[in-house]
Amino acid sequence: MNYRLLYFASLADRAGCSSESRASEATTPGQLYAEVAAAHGFVFARERLRVAVAGRFVDWDSTLADGDEVVFIPPVSGG
Amino acid sequence: MNPFAISAHPIDAAGLATGLDHVSAGACVVFEGRVRNHNEGRQVVGLDYQAHAALAEAEGERLLAEAIDRFGLRQARCVHRVGTLGIGEAAVWVGVSADHRDVAFEGCRWIIDELKRRVPIWKNEHYADGESGWLHPDPAPPPAHS
Repeated sequence: MNYRLLYFASLADRAGCSSESRASEATTPGQLYAEVAAAHGFVFARERLRVAVAGRFVDWDSTLADGDEVVFIPPVSGG
Repeated sequence: MNPFAISAHPIDAAGLATGLDHVSAGACVVFEGRVRNHNEGRQVVGLDYQAHAALAEAEGERLLAEAIDRFGLRQARCVHRVGTLGIGEAAVWVGVSADHRDVAFEGCRWIIDELKRRVPIWKNEHYADGESGWLHPDPAPPPAHS
């Protein structure tokens, strides 16, 4: 399946881009994170992140659909 | 204007305050978070804020609706800046109105605390020594369905 990934803050710095399209066998956000974390050298354990799919926060074991926009949300620091 | 907004423009505090008007509100509390020149012992010369705007605005609207419910507020509004900010600039503005002052203070405090915990906005500090870094505080993230 193909996914659109968005990266923010230190994840964007580490990936060297703010978005990418990715073909992947992953069917859940958890599987996809393991794959991109290895590819880009992300240091965050999954437990420190949230994930949003198609603009909504979802669980790590939810089911992804082809074409989904997936965003891994590192710890936030607004305010 | 939406109750919660991510903005690339300077915050117009006076304009925002008119959004708190309500004939039953006897109290209005506003919090303004500003860029300071130091953090954790390092001298800070400026900040960049980045947000996932669509997700931040959706989460921010949920948060304000929860605050109105929880504290019985009459109005609740918030704007958070993105982009490059200098020392002293307002990064975030939270305003609430309520019938009485106790809930107005509590509601305003709760909103800024929850914003810092939940809303997908990130701060990149630029230090006097030329280094910079995104801040990713330690606490565990809130659940997906909070």
